[in-house]
Amino acid sequence: MNGLVLLIPVALFLGLAGLAAFFWSLKSGQFEDLDGAANRIFLEDYEEGDSGGNGK
Amino acid sequence: MSAATGIRPEPLQETVLAVPGMHCAGCISKIERGMKDLPGVATARVNLSARQVTIRHDPAMKDRDLVTALERIGFESELRKAVQAQDHSAVRPLLAPLGVAAFAAMNVMLFSVSVWSGADGSVRWMFHWISALIAVPAIAYAGQPFFRSAWGAVRRGRTNMDVPISLGVLIATILSLYETVVGGQHAWFDGALMLLAFLLAGRVLDAMMRDKARTGVDALLSHAAQGAMVVGEGGTVDWQRAEQLVPGMVIRIAAGERLAADGDILTGVSQFDQSLLTGESTPIASGPGDKVLTGTLNLDAPVDVRVTAVGQDTTLATIARLMDAAAQNRSTYVRIADRASQLYAPAVHLLAALSFAGWMIAGAGLYQSLVIAVAVLIITCPCALGLAVPVAQVVASGALMRAGIMVKDGSALERLARIDHALLDKTGTLTLGRPEPDPAVITSLSADTASVALALASHSRHPISRALGKALAAHGHRAAVLDQVEERAGQGVFARWQGQPVSLRRPDRAQGVAVTLDIAGQPIWLIPFADRLRPDWQDALRQLAGLGVDASILSGDNGVAVAEVARQTGLEARSDASPADKLRAIESLQQEHRVLMVGDGLNDGPALAQANASIAPGTASDVGLQAADFVFVQESLLALPRAVRAAKATMRVVKQNFALAIGYNIIAVPLAMAGMVTPMIAAIAMSGSSLIVIANSLRLTKAAR
Repeated sequence: MNGLVLLIPVALFLGLAGLAAFFWSLKSGQFEDLDGAANRIFLEDYEEGDSGGNGK
Repeated sequence: MSAATGIRPEPLQETVLAVPGMHCAGCISKIERGMKDLPGVATARVNLSARQVTIRHDPAMKDRDLVTALERIGFESELRKAVQAQDHSAVRPLLAPLGVAAFAAMNVMLFSVSVWSGADGSVRWMFHWISALIAVPAIAYAGQPFFRSAWGAVRRGRTNMDVPISLGVLIATILSLYETVVGGQHAWFDGALMLLAFLLAGRVLDAMMRDKARTGVDALLSHAAQGAMVVGEGGTVDWQRAEQLVPGMVIRIAAGERLAADGDILTGVSQFDQSLLTGESTPIASGPGDKVLTGTLNLDAPVDVRVTAVGQDTTLATIARLMDAAAQNRSTYVRIADRASQLYAPAVHLLAALSFAGWMIAGAGLYQSLVIAVAVLIITCPCALGLAVPVAQVVASGALMRAGIMVKDGSALERLARIDHALLDKTGTLTLGRPEPDPAVITSLSADTASVALALASHSRHPISRALGKALAAHGHRAAVLDQVEERAGQGVFARWQGQPVSLRRPDRAQGVAVTLDIAGQPIWLIPFADRLRPDWQDALRQLAGLGVDASILSGDNGVAVAEVARQTGLEARSDASPADKLRAIESLQQEHRVLMVGDGLNDGPALAQANASIAPGTASDVGLQAADFVFVQESLLALPRAVRAAKATMRVVKQNFALAIGYNIIAVPLAMAGMVTPMIAAIAMSGSSLIVIANSLRLTKAAR
């Protein structure tokens, strides 16, 4: 019973953290160009630096 | 490699260009690097799904500079108008609800499992409360797509699949809340959330399919040039936007420029590439008095044109209107899922109402009866039904994509599976659509002759020269060194090689498409050009016939050219068809047949939109790509039978999925109506049926063989 008091909040927190991460990635446009993302792994020495350019 | 790290006193301007021609990782890096190396460009970011590039640049750079820069890298591009640049994707608004529903379902399930495995008393009570705290806001948020659609249907006195879903979810939530408050045994939060999560997953897959329909190709009217040089009184020349042109103006069209309006040639003689309008790649020679159309490309020499029609009155816009009207005709097609839901939704309501009434009459009490009715609503939930179609279509279109065939609309697979007659356009569809030099002549050229020809061809951007250059380079020839190279508009390329005059020019007598290679002191070569049939056409036509599809040719080209192809392929043919003729031909065929149109040009646009299903080659004009349901990127014509076979396989699997989903209901519904379904059984049965449907659909991964 005491374990539950600790584990339930932990489980909920982890779930919420995952949800927050999902929302963040959704907002930062990571789902905008799935085809592009799939293809970009083929690019050699690809620079990640300019990827944030499409934020609205 | 930051070319633009200099001081940036002014804010950067953002421009979005549509680049329909890019399709792979190589294109991404070529465009991004090439653009970033330009002075004045800060960043360039490609969006491959939308086929567009977002460029942030110095405001001093004009849009046209960017377009020409991209052209130099090797990609044709067009400025996206503000209206088109907006994102209409149906996927995005569904992703957040799906995430919330999945998160909440997982967490609530955690507590439910404890309750099922025997948690009792205050622990159960506490777990129910926590579940309620998670579930109620999650349902309120994630259920909105369904609630809104259901409310819309109910308000108009109709019903759709979303009505039983919304009813089931809402009643289950309210009952569960009541149970939680009074400390009862069962709560249904998990079932309601899982239902939402599965259904949203189906909707997302469905929306992804529809999104493909819009990838990159939407700018029909932007095919016309953005503007033109207007020749004013007294010879002044200034550039004006297409919208500002009015009939009566005189515009000057340089070689290599597209027309922004319809008109008659005043002065100058040139050749025009009308492939955008007619699909015919052979240039048409026109001189004073001849009519030239919006969107055609001036190949040889500058001409002055008196504008006769602009904007909505141009031939291009007329074709666009025909296409729109034809597409609306097709949108009356009822998708298989919609037909199923029309039968299904009333049946579910009826069953739930019957169980409620039955248990009331049997004296079970209001609460007990309501619980059973909800159980019926939830267990008959169209989870598996909602997934049956989209999962199969997504798997099949993934398989087709790997085989080089793009599916732009899921319902197209349903339509393609039922066609029994194929109409093939000639140029660019049955043939490759680009003139190629006669291979016999190419191989018989001596090495020296060939290298001179290659050098001459490389100095011209004329399509014939480019084709010749490509063919010679493919034979391993190297370009010779030339002096005094000069391209004379409408004549050819002239130069000196080892002191001798050489030329690659228009033949003296015109007979088909050909060029003359003239090297002083050597015999003159005449290199004829012909449009080759696509490889594997025999196989493809035979396989189509085997699938119960007969084929014929419907072309806008002249009779002689079409008759030749008809003779080779042995197909029935109709030539000289205008876009409206094609439309009528399809309409009359549709009296008895379901028609597949295969075409590429703008002139095929209305026909592609009218036919029951349509396929365009990847080399098609953007309009063709836009109107077609399928696009195949390889040269082989085998793509046609392959797509038809995959569509038929998809329909088989969709029907099996429906059978599985309905079979599950036939077993589950009586149990639920008998009041024997506990929350755990409902949850297991529900996800079980969905998983079976998904597994069955995965068999389609090999559908495109």
